[in-house]
Amino acid sequence: MFSETVVLRGHIIDSLILPKVLDQILTQGGDFKIGEIKIGQNRVDQSYARIEVSAPTHEALDEIVLRLRQHGAEVIEKADVQLAPAPADGVFPKDFYVTTNQQTFVTLDGAEIEVHPALMDCAVVVDRAARRATAKKFHEVSRGMEIVVGHQGIKVVPVQRSTSRTDVFEFMSTSISLEKPKSGVIREMATELKRAREVGGKILVVAGPAVVHTGAVPHLVKLIEWGYVDLLFGGNALALHDIENALFGTSVGINLERGSLAERGHENQMRAINSIREAGSISSAVETGALKSGIMAACVRHGVEFVLAGSIRDDGPLPEVITDTLEAQDAMREKITGVTTALMMGTMLHSMAVANLLPATVKTLCVDVNPAAVSKLAERGSFQSLGLVSDLEPFLRELTGTLAR
Amino acid sequence: MRQLLLCPPDYYGIEYEINPWMSRARGADTPLVQAQWKGLFDTLSKLDCKIELVPPRPKLPDMVFTANAGLTVGRRFIPSNFRHEERSGEAPHFASWMEEHGYEIVWLPKDLYFEGEGDALFGGDVLFCGYKFRSDINSHRAVADILGCLVISVELVDPRFYHIDTCFCPLPDGGAFWFPAAFDEYGQRAIRDHLRDLIDVVPEEAAHFSCNAIVLDCDIVLPEGAPKLVATLTERGYTCHPLPMSEFLKAGGACKCLTMFMPQREKVG
Repeated sequence: MFSETVVLRGHIIDSLILPKVLDQILTQGGDFKIGEIKIGQNRVDQSYARIEVSAPTHEALDEIVLRLRQHGAEVIEKADVQLAPAPADGVFPKDFYVTTNQQTFVTLDGAEIEVHPALMDCAVVVDRAARRATAKKFHEVSRGMEIVVGHQGIKVVPVQRSTSRTDVFEFMSTSISLEKPKSGVIREMATELKRAREVGGKILVVAGPAVVHTGAVPHLVKLIEWGYVDLLFGGNALALHDIENALFGTSVGINLERGSLAERGHENQMRAINSIREAGSISSAVETGALKSGIMAACVRHGVEFVLAGSIRDDGPLPEVITDTLEAQDAMREKITGVTTALMMGTMLHSMAVANLLPATVKTLCVDVNPAAVSKLAERGSFQSLGLVSDLEPFLRELTGTLAR
Repeated sequence: MRQLLLCPPDYYGIEYEINPWMSRARGADTPLVQAQWKGLFDTLSKLDCKIELVPPRPKLPDMVFTANAGLTVGRRFIPSNFRHEERSGEAPHFASWMEEHGYEIVWLPKDLYFEGEGDALFGGDVLFCGYKFRSDINSHRAVADILGCLVISVELVDPRFYHIDTCFCPLPDGGAFWFPAAFDEYGQRAIRDHLRDLIDVVPEEAAHFSCNAIVLDCDIVLPEGAPKLVATLTERGYTCHPLPMSEFLKAGGACKCLTMFMPQREKVG
């Protein structure tokens, strides 16, 4: 939302100018917040109202303000943001403004510009010539870049909760404990996935290897095949366990059908890594027919982009795994544009890393069998995040069952 | 005795077009202009008014419409800041004439358009001011600051009725006659909130500028062509003096536009 602050003075109550102005803002698709109002005590005393007018676009706001000027509204000049140069590569100036994941605007030469992306724990780099404000991480900053410092000229627009219940993300604010019924939330999640697909929003899945261990692969594959997954983020383990399962029917040596240790099962993981490395990549393994089933194969076949981020305990890793943490963050950040819904399952640290990259507007459902992991994720301050304590296999089974109906 | 300011129509004519009434193709008939203006002068004189005449100036044809000279309260005169360049040359002549005649001149900031009594009429102790076509609403606030009175600002929405005195005429009994459709709904409500017994003028009579009338206690001087309004006012105890105004209507003016009260109010508040 773009906004301007206007002031009305005079006999605005008796003349009905104040109600007229407020009505006009609303009828032209804008919104308002009265910042201050002073009503004259005596008949001849003039009144004063300071009103923040907002509209979805710059043009709409200009149009509204232009009309309000006719009725005496005066626009209050906004204070510009304060800028300081980065003292060195990778270092922000002292007192730099730390971003949130909410929609943020900075005022430059009296006009507001939106900061892109809405990314938390960054600094805001301003390009005056291009009139652009960008949230950047430490490693993206070079010496001399102009960085916002202090809090002047910055406006943060929190995601508004609507007063009427529209979806499960808006009416539930706490994580769901084991004692609460889950079917309702899963139904709402299914509705949300359908809605996202209808309006062209991107759906992101972040998954840990527990999806494979719990035997939920067929369900996640269905979600991919039905077009409910646009983007998959995971680690080496998710892909490796999925591929081991696809090639040998085991996950970390355990036969998933029988739940028992397979003979020489501990070798399977290493053989799986070797097969993919031999093929050159997961994609090539699918293309050559070496890898025929599972989550990763479904992703390749259905054009679902994936980013695999490495960790210190990885075996292999698989060829597509990005082992440089910052590079992996950059790769994920680059892909999340357009994501409206995120489903995070069975991976606390990976989910937290991704949650840090997402704007507050993204509807996020975190599912984990461990209540501590769920609450940690749900309490990260995202306005539209929801936690669900559940084993992954029954959750995904019910979700796909609901979607199929 | 009420004191009024008039300006002889020596240089009057339709020389430009700044409202929907004006058309240079439809010029004024000079002998008729003189006769109609003299008719107004004589009627006002007979009604015991003291008439002052400001000398007309060449190339300022609309100086004849003295209501737009400014607003006089007591011995203070707030000159107009005309919106149109065609009329802005009138302001210094009116101001210096008023100053020569002992009035204190209180200018508004130059960036605030204000067209005097044409857009500012007292109803009781409330000053009703029109805005949008000619005056800015912010000029009303400045006038309220100067005079210390309640100003009701109303938006004019019909370009034919571009000044408030073309569609609204307060009466000394606390009422007014008006053409409501010339105002937006908020303006209509604001006027209804502050005045009682409003007389609605029908559109065909409003189109004759019937509201552009001079009220002198129980006498009302107005353009002819409003038999229904005259009947209603007569029932209320007023004596109406309808006058032919065809030649001034060609410029979007009539009886009230041709006069300015000196002062409109002795004091306010």
